[in-house]
Amino acid sequence: MSAGVGRLTAADRVVDQVLEASRSDGCVVIVEELSQAEVRFANNTVTTNGIRRDRGVSVIAFRETEGGTAVGTASSSGATDVIDVLRRAEANAATAQAAEDASPLITPGRSTAAGDFADPPVMTSLAGLGNVVTGLGDAFKSAGAAGTRLAGYTEHQVSTVYLGSSTGLRLRYVEPTGKLEVVARSDRGERSAWAGAGAEDLATVHVEELKQRLDRRLSWGKRKLDLEAGRYEVVLPPDAVADLMVPLGDATSGREAEEGRSVFSAPGGTTRVGESLSSQRFSLRSDPFAEGLECTPFLVAGASGQDVSVFDNGLALERTDWISDGRLRRLQYHRAGAKRSGVEPAAPADNLILELPGAASTLEELVERTERGLLLTCLWYIRDVDPETLLLTGLTRDGVYLVEHGEIVASVNNFRFNESPVDVLSKTIEAGRTERSLSREWNEWLNRTAMPPLRVAEFNMSSVSPAI
Amino acid sequence: MATVELDAEFLALPLEAVRSAVLERARALGCEHAEARIERIRSQVVSLRDGRLETSADNLELGLGLRVVHDGSFGFAATVELDVDAAAALADQAVATARATAPAVTERVELADEPSHGEAVWASSYDLDPSGVPMAEKVALLEDWSGRLLRSPGVDHATASVLAVVEDKHYADLSGTVTTQRRVRVHPDVEAIAVDSAEGGFETMRSLAPPAGRGWEYLLGEGWDWDDELARIPDHLAAKLHAPSVTPGAYDLVIDPTNLWLTIHESIGHATELDRAMGYEAAYAGTSFATFDKLGTLVYGSGIMNVTGDRTVEHGLATVAYDDEGVEAQNFELIRDGVLVGYQLDRRIARLMGFGRSNGCAFADSPGHTPIQRMANVSLRPAPGNGPTTEELISSVEDGFYVVGDKSWSIDMQRYNFQFTGQRFFRIEKGRLNGQVKDLAYQSRTTEFWGAMQAVGGEPTYHLGGAFNCGKGQPGQVAAVSHGCPSALFRGINVLNTRAESGR
Repeated sequence: MSAGVGRLTAADRVVDQVLEASRSDGCVVIVEELSQAEVRFANNTVTTNGIRRDRGVSVIAFRETEGGTAVGTASSSGATDVIDVLRRAEANAATAQAAEDASPLITPGRSTAAGDFADPPVMTSLAGLGNVVTGLGDAFKSAGAAGTRLAGYTEHQVSTVYLGSSTGLRLRYVEPTGKLEVVARSDRGERSAWAGAGAEDLATVHVEELKQRLDRRLSWGKRKLDLEAGRYEVVLPPDAVADLMVPLGDATSGREAEEGRSVFSAPGGTTRVGESLSSQRFSLRSDPFAEGLECTPFLVAGASGQDVSVFDNGLALERTDWISDGRLRRLQYHRAGAKRSGVEPAAPADNLILELPGAASTLEELVERTERGLLLTCLWYIRDVDPETLLLTGLTRDGVYLVEHGEIVASVNNFRFNESPVDVLSKTIEAGRTERSLSREWNEWLNRTAMPPLRVAEFNMSSVSPAI
Repeated sequence: MATVELDAEFLALPLEAVRSAVLERARALGCEHAEARIERIRSQVVSLRDGRLETSADNLELGLGLRVVHDGSFGFAATVELDVDAAAALADQAVATARATAPAVTERVELADEPSHGEAVWASSYDLDPSGVPMAEKVALLEDWSGRLLRSPGVDHATASVLAVVEDKHYADLSGTVTTQRRVRVHPDVEAIAVDSAEGGFETMRSLAPPAGRGWEYLLGEGWDWDDELARIPDHLAAKLHAPSVTPGAYDLVIDPTNLWLTIHESIGHATELDRAMGYEAAYAGTSFATFDKLGTLVYGSGIMNVTGDRTVEHGLATVAYDDEGVEAQNFELIRDGVLVGYQLDRRIARLMGFGRSNGCAFADSPGHTPIQRMANVSLRPAPGNGPTTEELISSVEDGFYVVGDKSWSIDMQRYNFQFTGQRFFRIEKGRLNGQVKDLAYQSRTTEFWGAMQAVGGEPTYHLGGAFNCGKGQPGQVAAVSHGCPSALFRGINVLNTRAESGR
């Protein structure tokens, strides 16, 4: 079976087969090979596990038509017939009208010189989880003896993407992603703590190190205090900052802003680009070449969306500062949208970095400088409440601690918050040094984040949650 | 049951050969249990913005997943290679995975018994396979809907989309159960947007039509009056744009089933999953306040509260004939007369906690994922006999709001504290509706909220809501689920103003 159901044909061959069989005026083929190993645990035992191989093929067919270019897309996952995927895409293109997001297809440039297109995909296995599984067995024993229950998840995946086009693009990129998350709960469930780490290579992540962080946090919880809802000064660790900044990054749609439908809209059909969002000189950016956070340096889109276009497949991604010097600088646009609006196109990469240039303080130093405030661990169940202000709601989770005179004095109850990440930037009193973080809430969609710890005034804890 | 129509293309796959190869190898490797799933999932998204096509995606997923219990440990492996040799190799991989993680397994896996059901076939209730409707026809229908909204005064922008999923699943296990099932579901959605371009600010109004276990006929008017809904949205939107901002405080709420289904999902559906209550979801989705020691005694709500779980309601999104552990679909009580009397179960949890049998709540969202405990259609029963209408419920409120349609939602990790908004909120004064307010959110705690439920509407107010995107587990899995409920009256619920919450 060449391209049909059954065994998989090599990815580079699939790209060539589809392009050769294409009857369209233009064609883009994306093959994404995924290899993943995972282990999940709770109550000091492994509960589920898995190893998995998947392959996704997306075909985009372009057809010149009256008034522009029409597009048809189709995709498959698994060992399906790739020529069938192509024909479905072509059938969809045959009846489509000229697309609003049309631009000339990307042609080979500097970034396309990769000579590795014929290389096979990179695979992971349970060995890709490093010593995590062994480490867990030991951690379960010591946790059980100490009256603590561990729950969590570890995963290692490698995505190898191949992108080819009728204009001669042949791009390949290998993106490994790993994570370990652990929750420790006291046996009777009255105390809990969370720690997480994201890394390309899980050999660099050690269960014992995370467990020490958890034990330290559980020890802070020995004195318990009930606090009421209200506006508090908070110290946000980098992971919690990531929980808030990922939705902010997602809200940078140029089209929504111009249509008056986002927090970055200004009256009269204009946007807030150029406006100061914070007196702190923050930089919020995505950068495929950021050290330790490297990710796919070209655009891959199986379908168009609000600010993403299938016409832009293969577009070289670069460092994009959405915010710099505390001012909003860029919004997301595909090339066609950018041309209409007279701006430069901008697309996010698979990472997000918040930095205050020059800031060097650690989380501990921010705590030391806090007269009275709450140290959080991470945030959870975050949802939009009002897109006009980017008001988000959610919960504090697995560790809220009262800081008085620079010291952690007790653990306190959880809260529901209602707060906007845009306001968090403007209410920041102090930011520390940016480091690799893992958003508890969003890491499945965006693993690669680097954030500073922040000290923020007047954070709105709307009500108390008795949940632990 | 009428003749079940399965898809000929799916049946033409080497289902029997592949499942036999994988199960025989699993048996030879000494597995206590093994279940194989060959699945094909066709999912299509068409989305228009201001009447122009913005997104179209048409995906076909095909693969094989195998879960084994080997020497007291689960092992799961999945592949996209559907041939006999690859299938046999997959069994070796699943057993290797079980062995590799066995050193960290401290609790031996055993499954509750389930009789063999032999060979069975089933298909959900639908007329038109949405994947067979040409793209141009889908786009044309959504263009028509968009046009009706955009031509209305006060509507500046409109979005229209439909998500359609057709799922063919062939399941076989070592006990001899072999099932082939087809589930079809669609989620049409339109939203109108009004922008105040002079002052800044905007409001939206979305359709209330729920996602449903139906085919393309749903978009043509079977089961929902689209003409009526499309005609009403612009007026509702205009009224909302000019509505006063709500004054926060404690109010009586009449909650329409188009909003209440989601509150049921979050505060009852997830809270009565026994894997959560026992701590097996502690790292991700969370645990539950409804702990096992409170079964039979926990007062969940007022005495008129009766909640069931089912896998059987027609057009339900979680409706099937057999789950992904080969367990037959059932109906069961969760809350009777306000008291917690049951949980949702899978086979491992059922055995562990001393239930004789699973009630059929194990599912995987794709061939590449392992089955986990997933939600049944969890529904609140209407008042028996001639229960009140929504108007009668409204007439019994002196000072409050009538909440219609779901929007923002969030609940804590033990399912106590929640906050919901909605599509529209009508002021109730002295038993009568008096225009809309905006910026309203209601916030409460689960048992306080359900304890404050003073009346449930009758059968005519009953509505089956639902979602395609219920998330659980790691790696994350999504599930579609429906929730039926009547309109209901709640006394003294905390209402917030979301502008004030943002400090404005």
